[in-house]
Amino acid sequence: MTAVAYTVWLERKVVGHIQNRWGPTRVGPFGLLQPLADGIKFIFKEDLLPPHVFKPLFIAAPMIALIFALTSISVIPIGNWVTVFGIHTPLEITDVNIGLLIVLGVTSLGVYGVALAGWSSNSKYSLLGGLRASAQMVSYEISLGLSLVGVLILAGSFSLRDIVDAQGGTFWGFIPRWNIFQGQIVAFFIYLMAAYAETNRVPFDLPEAETELVAGYHTEYSAMKFAMFFMAEYANMITVACLATLLFLGGWHGPHRFGPPFVQAILPIFWFVLKVFAFLFLYIWVRGTLPRFRYDQLMAFGWKFLLPLAIANLVITALIVALRA
Amino acid sequence: MVPLSYYLVLSGILFACGVTGFLIKRNIITIFMSIELMLNGVNLSFVAFAAQWHALSGQVFVFFVMVVAAAESAVGLAIIIAVYRTRGTLNVDQVDLLKL
Amino acid sequence: MLHLIVFSVFGLVCVAGAINLLVQRHPINSALSLVVVMGSLAVEYLLLGAEFVAAVQVIVYAGAIMVLFVFVIMLLNAGVEDRTKGSRVAMLFGIPGVLIGSVLVAWVLLQHSGTGSVAVGALPGPPKVIGWLLFHDFLLPFEVTSVLVLIAIMGAVVLASHPAEMQQSAQPDEREG
Repeated sequence: MTAVAYTVWLERKVVGHIQNRWGPTRVGPFGLLQPLADGIKFIFKEDLLPPHVFKPLFIAAPMIALIFALTSISVIPIGNWVTVFGIHTPLEITDVNIGLLIVLGVTSLGVYGVALAGWSSNSKYSLLGGLRASAQMVSYEISLGLSLVGVLILAGSFSLRDIVDAQGGTFWGFIPRWNIFQGQIVAFFIYLMAAYAETNRVPFDLPEAETELVAGYHTEYSAMKFAMFFMAEYANMITVACLATLLFLGGWHGPHRFGPPFVQAILPIFWFVLKVFAFLFLYIWVRGTLPRFRYDQLMAFGWKFLLPLAIANLVITALIVALRA
Repeated sequence: MVPLSYYLVLSGILFACGVTGFLIKRNIITIFMSIELMLNGVNLSFVAFAAQWHALSGQVFVFFVMVVAAAESAVGLAIIIAVYRTRGTLNVDQVDLLKL
Repeated sequence: MLHLIVFSVFGLVCVAGAINLLVQRHPINSALSLVVVMGSLAVEYLLLGAEFVAAVQVIVYAGAIMVLFVFVIMLLNAGVEDRTKGSRVAMLFGIPGVLIGSVLVAWVLLQHSGTGSVAVGALPGPPKVIGWLLFHDFLLPFEVTSVLVLIAIMGAVVLASHPAEMQQSAQPDEREG
């Protein structure tokens, strides 16, 4: 959750610099305490409950969005096995055989938070925004899933830990054996696009654009509930970044281990965080630079370009793996 | 160790609720959802028996049932939208004449 | 023991969701209780060891099919449903009938079914093995269902498109002919 708050800070600073202005600088050094100030503001803001909304769903929708966003982080491993005080533990909450499928499943369920928020607000802007957002998320889920199947074929298992382990070692001694270099560059591109659309971020953020449709599906929300949607969006971003790191960028593998054993145990986590940070930076960089798609362009891109490309990638990967074996 | 009959009873209850919903509800979308409930009850039966007889084909069949349910609900919902556009109502009792 | 407790808890959630689907008058509440039923069924599948089936249940059934239902309910703005004469008759005779029938069936199953017990995770269904079965023993049904899905897609697109477009595309043909 703290990571979510600081991702917001990171975003505001980076977007500010891209737009040739300082980001937040007043609160604390470099504006580092800004998320804290925002959090306090959200808690103290008046929590409106407009009279015309459908109360049970109105209150439940942001909670649904946040719960599913945070649940998918539970299967993500952040480092190798660590021996702390003689207890050999893997660095994740659970290691499931079907970790990747669980993440996909939870992402599909996250659509409900958005759809129900739009519906329960009982206002035409929210309803349209909610419908558009959920249609977009459902359409890009398919390309997201298909782009991951190429990785699965290379690794042979759904467990996230196994997929990272299959990326250890290097080619010719210095190019790391990451999936992105093992021929999944197209899959990485598809995953990137689908991830931007899934998390409703620029250039696919039409449903929540401030200049369109008032504010889309979270028009009627204020204070804490709005903060929950906000947090859910950033948590989704972080999940997607972690997943990209695990599947395409080699997880916690880095160049030669160096340093005393204590540092060696912590080093994989450092590489993991560095790669996630790089991916998030890419996310924020794109947000500050690109204009947004119109809705029909967005849907056409998802169905007519990404989906055939994902299927072609899948077929070619399968062919190569079958011919190699 | 749960006796298999418990799973079958649960599956039967779900199926019975689905049949009841199919017969007493008047909104066509709710009727569709009762059909999905029936299919889910049957899926549970399949998986339970697959576990008892150690035959994985039970689980594979559940896969096919889900695919068929998906195809059927897609087409069915499209038909519902078409019916709503021409008749203006979602109540099955009012959609009883061939002539509009 | 824990198996029995988890089974009962999620079994009760299933049944409560199913009854809630019947009792609720607004379709959106019914749709959401159906999602709850599907989620708890996924847990039941996990208890029987069918991990791939449970994941597919959540991704496909609860995450795609029910989203479709929720979309349609939101689009068509289905309101609270009203009671008609037919449903009163059905309720008066039907519900006691269904209750008696299910109690009878449940009693027979529990007493005389002649089946044994299943352990937790009785038949593990890892994706690899199920994939093997799908592509070797069940290849024909697999291909046939893919054709079925293709037909469903085409049918849904044709049915849901606006009638005006169909007429416009018919007129130029009439003029040429």
